[in-house]
Amino acid sequence: MADEKPEKKKLDLSRRAMPKQNPWERIKNFDEVALGYLTRTAVEEASRCLQCKKPLCNQGCPVGIDIGGFIKCIVDGDYASAIRKIKETNALPAICGRVCPQEEQCEKTCVLAKKEAPIAIGRLERFLADWEAAEGKIEVPPMAPKTGKKVAIVGAGPAGVTVANDLIILGHDVTIFEALHECGGVLIYGIPEFRLPKAIVNREVEYVKSLGVKIYTDFVVGKTKTVDRLLEEFDAIFVGSGAGLPWFMEIPGENLNGVYSANEYLTRVNLMKGFRFPEFKTPVKRPCRVAVVGGGNVAMDSARTAVRLGADEVHLVYRRSKAELPARAEEVENAEEEGVILDILTLPVRLIGDENRWVREIECLKMELGEPDASGRRKPIPIEGSNFRVAFDAVVMAIGNSPNPLIPMTTPGLEISKKGGIVTNPETARSSRPNIWAGGDIVRGAATVISAMGDGKIAAASMHKYLMNQE
Amino acid sequence: MYKVIERRMIVPNLHEFTVQAPAVAESIKPGNFIIVRPDQYGERIPLSVADWDRDAGTVTTIFMQVGGSTAMLARLKPGDAIPTFVGPLGKETAIDTFGTVLCVGGCYGIGSIYPIARALKQAGNKVYTLLEARSSFLLYWEDKLAKVSDQVLVITRDGTKGRKGHIDKIPEIMQRAGITPDLVIVNGCTFQMMRVSMVTKPLAWKTIVNMNPIMIDGTGMCGVCRLSVGGKTKFACVDGPDFDGHEIDWEEFLSRRKSYNPEEVDPLRRSSCRSHF
Repeated sequence: MADEKPEKKKLDLSRRAMPKQNPWERIKNFDEVALGYLTRTAVEEASRCLQCKKPLCNQGCPVGIDIGGFIKCIVDGDYASAIRKIKETNALPAICGRVCPQEEQCEKTCVLAKKEAPIAIGRLERFLADWEAAEGKIEVPPMAPKTGKKVAIVGAGPAGVTVANDLIILGHDVTIFEALHECGGVLIYGIPEFRLPKAIVNREVEYVKSLGVKIYTDFVVGKTKTVDRLLEEFDAIFVGSGAGLPWFMEIPGENLNGVYSANEYLTRVNLMKGFRFPEFKTPVKRPCRVAVVGGGNVAMDSARTAVRLGADEVHLVYRRSKAELPARAEEVENAEEEGVILDILTLPVRLIGDENRWVREIECLKMELGEPDASGRRKPIPIEGSNFRVAFDAVVMAIGNSPNPLIPMTTPGLEISKKGGIVTNPETARSSRPNIWAGGDIVRGAATVISAMGDGKIAAASMHKYLMNQE
Repeated sequence: MYKVIERRMIVPNLHEFTVQAPAVAESIKPGNFIIVRPDQYGERIPLSVADWDRDAGTVTTIFMQVGGSTAMLARLKPGDAIPTFVGPLGKETAIDTFGTVLCVGGCYGIGSIYPIARALKQAGNKVYTLLEARSSFLLYWEDKLAKVSDQVLVITRDGTKGRKGHIDKIPEIMQRAGITPDLVIVNGCTFQMMRVSMVTKPLAWKTIVNMNPIMIDGTGMCGVCRLSVGGKTKFACVDGPDFDGHEIDWEEFLSRRKSYNPEEVDPLRRSSCRSHF
């Protein structure tokens, strides 16, 4: 009947699950754990979106994707337009859909989060990126006419690739210099295959190359050529040189054999493919009892890698309680499903080795939670006399890292923070030198992929203004 | 890809290896190292640089064939291409006018001490070069080193050339020649660098050693190359590779260096002997 009000759409609060490999199967392989939505599930999930007039979800996105817009396209079945919308602001959707902490960003600000059923934005983003790859027709965005300006980018990680993507579309000539033999930065050496298949990283890097970005691998800026040497040839430089030296706890025994930084452990397995030794020549040990110290995503990646390398028992040693674990809830759940044992409120104080200097035991203290500290989390306090020892034959330290020291060491006049990072203006990502910008872990220490990409977006916009003399 | 210009065995198990890498050649300095990967499955192997030609864009290293990956390097022929040859890495050896400098080389370090001696000589130092080998047939580059040294001294374990004996004889040899060095720089195997540091310590001869730990990225990211220097953890790839030999925890270093020995040698057992030569 014409004058009847349209029926109010009933809220669908059933967030669609994404299929995963069974834990008992996946601990025996390095294949991706999450399998992605089927088309039908993706459309169902997209249809739950309320299409808010004033959406909050995109405010939670560090790169400002038009989330409601692309979800609407999925509902309409127009996947090509949907992925185009994402790519307007995000060059790496297949990666972000997998590794962004959406629950802290877009999905946190989604209106349905109040009903504990936010739209699974990350899963939909991933669905679209994989759909496009499966179609095999990767669309190239419209390119601005050439400006004749030359930009150098240090590091082919998430920050650098984002800058490259944005600036090449704006018509600049872009060259990336990568220190390692493969592109992707932490996406290649750090995040394991089972969470982010390397074929996907390569696919996204190939996409940026197809736009005309030149990439030189095995080129260590600061060493092979300094930043100042590059500035003789380039009009502007973006430094996204990433993570540097791993932190240790500075307790006795950390230089024993069998004690690894998470950077080393993961690089051996991911970049160097040690899990396929001896086909790939870089070895990795396969110990029986592994302790991973730390509680972030890198700790989860290390623990789950140890499980797959055949350890009998993998413990995650963390000084606060489960509620304070900085890792994504999803990763903690995956790790527990795979048999990782959480030793919470536990602080290692000493590593004990055998006569051949191989680690054999960890001595720990029990902790209790006190008043909230500067981070807002309850401060762990050691319980005196609670020392105990546990046998382990490998220990992975996953407690963070400092920014990479090479560029700060070799670039005069660059303002460096106390922690060793490049100091930038957060609104422009520009450093203390007018033609050098920086972003990602080289500025923030250990941060996330998407925050690095966010820095890259900000830097690219500021660099473009500078290059076009619009400042 | 990087073109192999030359790869030949100069003495048993030691290979002279020259690669076309203009960007590396342009910036390389004495004491730096490079990282090489023999093929797409290969390890990243750090090698000290022994010489270079900036005009020709080539870099030369001397490497010892030890495990599976160096065996692959040892099979390369001129004209072959390798996927990775990256550098220069690490801090260069500090070159200054020190006065009298004793450069000690052994094994692959006879090669890598050469550019150091050359730079020291150019800086106006009196340069004595001391080479150590098990036997005379394991010595090489004596003529090159003679050109950049005031004197070349030799110790062989079997006495087939120079003084017979061990590297421990350094103080005796130097005292007999009436030389008191202001600085000692050692490039060689871990054991040799350790022994030299031990005998020079009581004499208070400042001794710089060019450390050679296991590395992966070599750019200050993974942390496997850590060692204790003066009770502090240092990273050889960015803080070194040169350190004060009197400050190093040698026992710890030796054991860390050996930690992958089984895996290193294992691939050799799986392949036929013939393929290594």
